[in-house]
Amino acid sequence: MADEVLAPMPGKIIKILVKPGDDVLEEEEVLFLEAMKMDNPIFAPSSGKVKEILVREGDEVDVDRVLLIIE
Amino acid sequence: MLEVILNGLGGLVAGFQALAMDWRSVVMLIVGGILLYLGIKKDCEPLLLVPIGFGCILVNVPLTDLMAKDGFLRVIYDAGVDTELFPLLIFIGIGAMTDFGPVLANPSTFLLGAAGQFGIFLTLLMALFFGFTKLEAVSIGIIGACDGPTAIYVTSKYAPHLLGAVSVAAYSYMALVPVIQPPIMRALTTKDERETIMKYSARPVSKTTKMLFPLVITILGGLIAPKGLPLLGSIMLGNLMRESGVVSRLTKASENEIANVVTLFLGLCIGATMSGAAFLRPQTLIILALGFMAICLDTACGILFAKGMRVLSGGKINPLIGAAGISAFPMAARVVQREGIKYNKKSYLIMHAMGANAGGQIGSVIAAAVMLSVLAGMGIIS
Repeated sequence: MADEVLAPMPGKIIKILVKPGDDVLEEEEVLFLEAMKMDNPIFAPSSGKVKEILVREGDEVDVDRVLLIIE
Repeated sequence: MLEVILNGLGGLVAGFQALAMDWRSVVMLIVGGILLYLGIKKDCEPLLLVPIGFGCILVNVPLTDLMAKDGFLRVIYDAGVDTELFPLLIFIGIGAMTDFGPVLANPSTFLLGAAGQFGIFLTLLMALFFGFTKLEAVSIGIIGACDGPTAIYVTSKYAPHLLGAVSVAAYSYMALVPVIQPPIMRALTTKDERETIMKYSARPVSKTTKMLFPLVITILGGLIAPKGLPLLGSIMLGNLMRESGVVSRLTKASENEIANVVTLFLGLCIGATMSGAAFLRPQTLIILALGFMAICLDTACGILFAKGMRVLSGGKINPLIGAAGISAFPMAARVVQREGIKYNKKSYLIMHAMGANAGGQIGSVIAAAVMLSVLAGMGIIS
């Protein structure tokens, strides 16, 4: 089952901490989204393998944009 | 001949003698040193504490007359603080820095910015209870605005002898918001409430709305509370310049050069009001204590109000965002985000909290303006 990680708010991707193929645990930090001049950690919604990363560092994203997929 | 030389040398030790006779100046030199230490070593509001601490040291070196007529600090004080000019210039910069978008996108958060001001009025009552005069109580209550320039504006106008204590209280509690708020936030909310996820849906706010907002607030606010128009008008002037996008040079100057220059002079002047005789009095301690209560009450009122909104919304609101309804921008909103995510790793409250926080920014100015106009209506101030 694949889990999409969505942007909870508009902002800028400042750091991606995982690569495709990485194993992540639920509630592990996967990337940082800067919103309102604050670096906000985004956590993995479930444990699994990172299937795909759909954004790059520096990207501006809107709310609900799919950031990465974990399966 | 020898006598003349000895007398001349005596002039060089007069300062030491005067200092030895005046324990209060000694204490205040240490206080100034502590403020500098906090600013430089602890990175605690250095932009404010360095000039304040140094001003405090300058004014407590005996026999210097820096605050006497035509003294170096007195000239700056009379020009900028006595005239209330400095806080207003800072406000233009704050308006230029603040994006009211999150409030406009979600106007209900504005209510939280109003709820966060109740501490002002509760503290005012407590100050009256402790025997402060009406005008002093107003100046102490305004610490609850959690907004340095507002507190300085009101105090320099109505109780200038308390300026040192009030501004030190206002700025230090602002810096301590991340320490003061979380225990209150935990105490007043249930686990279930703290874990509530608030979905952020961006309602686009048009540029026209963003430009009309400062104009409407200025005119409407000015009609309701004419006494507060200098405060409200200066913050909204800065904001209109920002949102119009056509005067970026002025916007940048307001938020950088002008704000920086004024911060330096304002800090020095606040330090200059901290002479031993004026500052080392029991009432300073009471003011610091009341100021602390003011911030706690603001936080509590904001959270309780948010709990009410939660009930009305059928459980959609996380009451933690109520703590952001104060003017300490953006610290309070960040505290809410950090606390929220502690309880639920999927909870992002920052956008909602920013709305409440920006609401608190205007709310504190409006609260001050309303208070001044009510007092004028009652004939207490002219």
